[in-house]
Amino acid sequence: MIEITNINKSFYLGGERIKALDNINFKVKKGEFVSIIGPSGSGKSTFMNILGFLDVPDSGTYKLDGVNMEKASDKELAKIRNTKIGFIFQNFNLLNKLTATENIQVPLIYQGKTNSESKKKAYKLLEKVGLKGREEHLPMQLSGGQQQRVAIARALACDPEIILADEPTGALDSKTSVEIMNELEELNKKGQTIIIITHDINVAKRAKRIVKIADGKLYEEGE
Amino acid sequence: MTKFVNILKNSLKNIKNNKLRSSLTMLGLIIGIASVIILVGLGKGTTNKVTSQVQSLGTNLLTLNINSSDYSLDYAELDSILKLDNVESVAPQKTVSATVSRGTTTSQRASIIATTSSYMDVTNLSISSGRLLSSIDLENNSKVCLLGNDIAETLFGLSNPIGQSIKINGDNYTVIGVLTQVGSSMGSNVDDIIIIPFTTAKLLGSDTSINNLYIKVSDENRIDRTTSIIESYIKNTLGISSDYFSVSSQDSMLETMESVTDTMSLLLGGIAGISLIVGGIGVMNVMLVSVTERTKEIGIRKALGAKRSDILLQFLIEALVLCMLGGIIGVGLGLGIGTLLGNMGYSFLPNTTITLISFLSSAIIGIVFGIFPANKASKLNPIDALHTD
Repeated sequence: MIEITNINKSFYLGGERIKALDNINFKVKKGEFVSIIGPSGSGKSTFMNILGFLDVPDSGTYKLDGVNMEKASDKELAKIRNTKIGFIFQNFNLLNKLTATENIQVPLIYQGKTNSESKKKAYKLLEKVGLKGREEHLPMQLSGGQQQRVAIARALACDPEIILADEPTGALDSKTSVEIMNELEELNKKGQTIIIITHDINVAKRAKRIVKIADGKLYEEGE
Repeated sequence: MTKFVNILKNSLKNIKNNKLRSSLTMLGLIIGIASVIILVGLGKGTTNKVTSQVQSLGTNLLTLNINSSDYSLDYAELDSILKLDNVESVAPQKTVSATVSRGTTTSQRASIIATTSSYMDVTNLSISSGRLLSSIDLENNSKVCLLGNDIAETLFGLSNPIGQSIKINGDNYTVIGVLTQVGSSMGSNVDDIIIIPFTTAKLLGSDTSINNLYIKVSDENRIDRTTSIIESYIKNTLGISSDYFSVSSQDSMLETMESVTDTMSLLLGGIAGISLIVGGIGVMNVMLVSVTERTKEIGIRKALGAKRSDILLQFLIEALVLCMLGGIIGVGLGLGIGTLLGNMGYSFLPNTTITLISFLSSAIIGIVFGIFPANKASKLNPIDALHTD
């Protein structure tokens, strides 16, 4: 499903060129549960941004479902982010002024769904993540775990092929972290492809496949 | 469509959430639009009032002004002007200021117009009671007077003034008639004037030289020809240089006045228009702040699949809604204050075109000054946007 070949990405920091990603090759098949683990500064955030089409590599090819995305326009990239990828962030990144339901509606409305369609779907997803009865709550009125559940529901809204989770438990206590990881595991069992990026080995271990990233290079576990 | 409705809903929410900021931003526009409507409305109202007043005097009227103290017409020369072709009647006008009182009432200053019996006919004035000046009054230098409606009320209240006497500069004058109420005209309030026989003006310390003369023509189609006949008569027969007098018709006065008031309207509208632009810059400023403040939101929305155009539209619509809201309030306030001023006696004429234009310009300002911040927002890189707090 994801086929990344020879990807490079570097930054300039204070006039110095830093190689964030160095000739990375990476493949993910449908239904996989992969975690990418690495310390901070290892280039994993950059990798996550490229995986999620939030950033473009300097060189190399990224094929999604066999289609090369090298020359995709802003509009096409927006569509991929909308329909093929569901993001879950460390600090949830919910829109504070919108209710739980409205937050989940956002990607659906960008997709072109009507208000009532998207609302119906949002209610269903909130029930699925165990937040029935919190539909009209603002993010501030929810606990961290609940906010992350809303974020999971939002990531699932457009039935994405890939869930991309960046430190999904980073801002949560250990008990809630386990709950969130159970939730993700449950999704994977139903066939959802999930990629988790983390620095926490305990979180990484929940995945079926672990990939390590260090100094911009990628290593498969066991290599 | 849903997207559009949603954006609209969100922008209203945003405006509501930032009430103080939004209302301060709108204030600039509100003041701008309200002042355009009020100033142009007052300008139009004044023009209209002046026009109708001038027209009420009749288009068959010529005014002769001699603006040199060295020259004047003699009372006896009126007859020869009256004999000129197409001249129907003439009425001299001499304005004197005098103190007026009745019995024990406190005296007040009033404009006394000394004229002849034809004055009423020439200036389209009429009386509501009593009689007009007669030629006998003029021959005898009679101490009689006609009162304007307001001054009659001031001096006599509800009692009938006809036949009673008032004091003008200490002399007793008999009231022979009261004018019909007309309102102010040509800068002087006709309802406050007192008309006395031209010859009687001598008693008030004025001479009988004539500097202002109304001339009524019988055929208004030949008014231009009559104008030149009168001009050449005064120049050739009376020997007054054309530098020192003018004969003007109501039409030419109307044109002059209209051009003056139009220029004034334009000037006022222009000043108000500038304040609209300043208001627009205020909107742009606030939208730019809003973009910076909401960088993270933009990042999240982009990660969730917002296209560049979605973000552009969101900020553009927000600016547009803000401006149009300001526009609606401004129009309401402008018309409201204008009507209030109208009730207070100013002439205010609401102008549909100007109202529409100023409202539309608020929308245009929204787009013009909103496009820069909106474009800036849409071009934000999603990761940079996501990583700001």
